[in-house]
Amino acid sequence: MTENGVGLEPTSDQRVLRDAVRELCGSFDGTYWRALDEKRAYPDAFVKALTDAGYLAALIPEEYGGSGLGIAEASIVLEEINRSGGNSAACHAQMYIMGTLLRHGSDAQKQRYLPAIARGELRLQAFAVTEPTAGSDTTKISTTAVRRGDVYVVNGQKVWTSRVQHSDLMLLLARTSAPDADPKKKTFGLSTFLVDLRSAPSGALDVRPIRTMMNHETNEVFIRDLEVPAENLIGEEGHGFRYILDGMNAERILIAAECVGDGRFFIDRSVKYVNERVVFDRAIGQNQGVQFPIARAHAALEGADVLRRQAAALFDAGRPCGFEANTAKLLASEAAWQAGNAALDAHGGYGFAEEYDIERVFRETRLYITAPIANNLILSFIGQHVLGMPRSF
Amino acid sequence: MKILVTVKLVPDTTAEKRIDPSTKRLVRTGVETVLNPFDEYAIEAALQLKEKAGGDTTVTIVTLAPESGKEIVRKALAMGADDALMISDPAAEGSDVWGTAYALAQAIKKNGFDLVIAGTQSTDSTTGELPGALAEYLGVPGVTYVRKLDLDGTALKAERETDTGYAKVSTDLPALVSVTKSINEPRYPSLKGIMGAKKKTIAVQTLADAGVDKPIGSDAARTEVTNLETPPARGKGQIFEAADAVAGATKIVEFLRERKLV
Repeated sequence: MTENGVGLEPTSDQRVLRDAVRELCGSFDGTYWRALDEKRAYPDAFVKALTDAGYLAALIPEEYGGSGLGIAEASIVLEEINRSGGNSAACHAQMYIMGTLLRHGSDAQKQRYLPAIARGELRLQAFAVTEPTAGSDTTKISTTAVRRGDVYVVNGQKVWTSRVQHSDLMLLLARTSAPDADPKKKTFGLSTFLVDLRSAPSGALDVRPIRTMMNHETNEVFIRDLEVPAENLIGEEGHGFRYILDGMNAERILIAAECVGDGRFFIDRSVKYVNERVVFDRAIGQNQGVQFPIARAHAALEGADVLRRQAAALFDAGRPCGFEANTAKLLASEAAWQAGNAALDAHGGYGFAEEYDIERVFRETRLYITAPIANNLILSFIGQHVLGMPRSF
Repeated sequence: MKILVTVKLVPDTTAEKRIDPSTKRLVRTGVETVLNPFDEYAIEAALQLKEKAGGDTTVTIVTLAPESGKEIVRKALAMGADDALMISDPAAEGSDVWGTAYALAQAIKKNGFDLVIAGTQSTDSTTGELPGALAEYLGVPGVTYVRKLDLDGTALKAERETDTGYAKVSTDLPALVSVTKSINEPRYPSLKGIMGAKKKTIAVQTLADAGVDKPIGSDAARTEVTNLETPPARGKGQIFEAADAVAGATKIVEFLRERKLV
């Protein structure tokens, strides 16, 4: 697992990767991200630089033009973006949504799409799953896809579909048979499709942006009689739920890494500030009341990071990692939030001033407690599936 | 065509520089080592020439540095250079500009070259003398401070920055050029470049391997640092207060006239 480190320490290759991403991110400083935040604009230049350098194709196998790296490496890229004060949410999905296509798509689908995704010419970074009436109870979705000859006709409504305005392709989960088609298996009857947003006729897709507390492009998507070619069905009809579930662990690990990045951003900034800021004739960092919350957040963060690296190592070795991946996301999102609060306290009033970047990252990092899965649902998973306590729902 | 790019490993440019009073040399321990930022422009210039020329053009990185700097040299390979030659020898420690230029010239001659590209200076000692000395020892035209570079076969055309503008210079290969920061915007190493760099060759040679037939290093240095001082702090400026911009400008002009500066 490591070439010259102990246990979970990064390998020398991973350190080189980290330095290279850090250098790239160094060209996009707080001024860049603040200006976007103010205008609610998409970080086009940053995403282009990442794409051109090939980072968003890290997980695509070499035979399709990617780098064939593991989740451990991909997570380093995202951690560094967030650690620099940037935000991975604008592009992280380009890295992992293709996983469903890679694992379950046909050879023809993979040949057709993956090389272009690897080159960055095709953006597959929107994933239409959640619906207003189903929430986290995904099997209750009501968007339907009805087969008519060579096409499926899709009707329904999705919500919290992020980056759809900056995507060429969208992965869609829709119901292809009635909810009770297989009474023994309530997950049966859902199918996964690759929707080409570029060729969707106007009127078939109505995208309505949702304004949120941070600069993040997310939307409601209304679908009316959208015709999707039958050849765009991924895998077998009716088994789509399984196809999206097995991508979840990868996503959890990547999100945990982003949280670690946010946490390190807060801690780096806080330590620097409290060492320099002099009040009552001494650096405020000399006060334990200032020091301890930062130290505690750092401790929590490093603990979460160990689990994130363990989860990545298991994932890359092809071993089960549901507990590790989910718990890493749970702990890292909480540690980042703790670090954010410590940073706000340490900076006093300045933490609330935009030019210090703390308040912006504070708003951004709060999302990870709620999305892509709420931490309470991870606790349910641990309680019921890991510890064997009774089901709550 | 063989393009060689000389690079130097320097202490992290953002780190505070400290001088060891006993050796009068920069303290390099405890400070991260990086590729001299000026050299990244030289690498980029070489890569652009290679991309334009195509064919069998190769870009080789050459450096005089301890073997521990191998991973930093790999960054130059990650940017796209083909291979690297490191002259690593404890006997080279403490080389001055003469020793470094002589050793690099011997190694470059032994390797063979059509064009050598260097950065204008390093961020540690900042002498800016190496490119000139190297051209002399290679016995080829040295075109320094180049802001624009074109190659047509073996005909080299360049724009040299001067204090007042620029000079158009042309020469034939073989030659050496040193490039300034205005020549290009160095690329980031791509992920594929980073992965591919692991498989590229970094040849490590001793001074003897490289054909260096004279002693270099601190004992053989032809220059000696006799004293080092921190530059004096700049004195306080003079602030003119005025009711408006016109009154302020008038005062400044008067001040400059008194000193016959305008």
